[in-house]
Amino acid sequence: MINEYFRPQTIEQATSFFAQKMEEGYHPSYYNGGTEIITLGRLDQLNVDVAIDIKSLPSCRVHLLDEDYLVLGSALSLTDLAEANYFPLLTDISKEVADKTARNKITLGGNICGNIFYREAVLPFLLTNSIFVLADKEEIRTNYLMDLFQETLPLKEGELFVQAFIEKKFLTEPYVAIKVRQQWKTGYPLITAAAMKTNHEIRVAFSGLCSFPFRSIQMENMLNDTSLSISERSRAATKYIPGDILNDVEGSSEYRLFIFTNLLEKILIQLEGN
Amino acid sequence: MIYETPNLVQVTVKINGEIQQIIVPPSKTLLASLREDLFLTGSKPGCFNGDCGACTVIIDELPMKSCLMLAAEVEGKEITTIEGLSDSPVQRAFIENFAFQCGYCTPGFIMNIQAMLNSVKNPSPDTIKEWLESNICRCTSYEEIEQAVQEVIDKYPSKY
Repeated sequence: MINEYFRPQTIEQATSFFAQKMEEGYHPSYYNGGTEIITLGRLDQLNVDVAIDIKSLPSCRVHLLDEDYLVLGSALSLTDLAEANYFPLLTDISKEVADKTARNKITLGGNICGNIFYREAVLPFLLTNSIFVLADKEEIRTNYLMDLFQETLPLKEGELFVQAFIEKKFLTEPYVAIKVRQQWKTGYPLITAAAMKTNHEIRVAFSGLCSFPFRSIQMENMLNDTSLSISERSRAATKYIPGDILNDVEGSSEYRLFIFTNLLEKILIQLEGN
Repeated sequence: MIYETPNLVQVTVKINGEIQQIIVPPSKTLLASLREDLFLTGSKPGCFNGDCGACTVIIDELPMKSCLMLAAEVEGKEITTIEGLSDSPVQRAFIENFAFQCGYCTPGFIMNIQAMLNSVKNPSPDTIKEWLESNICRCTSYEEIEQAVQEVIDKYPSKY
C-alpha cells in the first residue's frame, strides 16, 4: 500500500529520493500513469509503499521532432502519442491498448516497464532499435533498445526510463500494425503484430504470443529469404519463436500459433506488395 | 516496513467550479475521495480495475477513470463530476431515449459523452463508438445510448 507520495521537480530529485527510500528499507516505485500500481496494489500483488510521481518531470514530458530524431518522454500518455501522431506505427499500436479513456492515463513508460505481458507500446521501439535514455542517482546512460531489451526493459534498481529517441528516417517507412482479439473491439489481445519495411528488409515484432514482447533477428532473416515462398517462410519462421507460446483463457497455444502464422503471411503480402 | 504515522497529503482542487481542499492518505483513490471526503457519490464504484467506466469524471477536459487515479495526483486540477452536469442536454437525452435500465453505469457514460462532445465537433458514428467502448453497460442499453448522443448532436448543431 502506498504510504508516501512524492512529486519531484527534477530527475535528480526523483532518483535521489528513490535511493534514499531504498536505503531506509522502503519499496519505492516511480509512478507514471499508475494504473498497474493501483490495480495490482489493491490485489496485494505489488508491494509499493512510496510512489514517486514523475509525470510532471519536463524531460519525461518531451515530445519533439528535430532534424534527426523523434524524442518521446516516458510520461506521455498513449493519448498524447496518438494525438501528436509523429510516428503513425506507434499511433496505430497505441490506439489499440486498453480503451480510449484508459489511454488518457496509461503512459508510454508505464506500458513498457509494466508487469502485464502484452506491453505493446514497446514494439515500434524494438523495430526501430530506438535509443533509450535511462537515469539513476549515479548517471544518465543511453543504450540501443535491442542491446537492452531481454523480455523486459532491465532497469537497474532506482533507474528511470526518461526518454526514447527514434531515428527520423523510420517515421515514414511502410508498416503493418495488427491486433487480433478473441472477439470484439476491446479486451485483451491474442497477438499484436508490428512490422516495418526499411532498407528493403522486413522487421517484425510481436506481443501476446509469448509472455513477453519480442523482436527476433533470426526470424526476420528467415522472413527476408525471398528464395522461399511466403507460406514456406512463414512456417519456417515459427522455429524462431523465442519462448513458450501462451496458453490461456484468451486462446490456446495451438490457436495462437495458427493466428501467428497467418499474421506473418499477411505482413509479408502487405509489405512485399504481392 | 510499517509506517508509524500516516503521510497525509493535502490536495487543493477545483471540483464542479468550487475550490476544495482535502487531506488524504497517499493510497486513497480519487474515486474513494470523491465519495467519502466530498460526498459526491454520483461517481460509481464498479470494477475498481479501469474496465467498466462507471467512475468516469472529467479532469482538465479529459475523461478519466477515477478508480485508476490517486487523489494525491489531482493537485491543482479542475474536475467535473456528474453532480456538475445537473440537467445537462446529455442527461435529458438519456431520459428521453430510455438510455439506461438500472442506471448504475449512467453517470460514467454521461461524463464520457460530455467529454467527447466538448472536444470533438460533430463526432461521426465511428468516433462515438470508439469513445463509448470505454464504458460498460451490463443492461446493454448501447443502442439507446448511441441514439441519445446523436439526439444531442442533432438538437445542438452549433454547440456540438
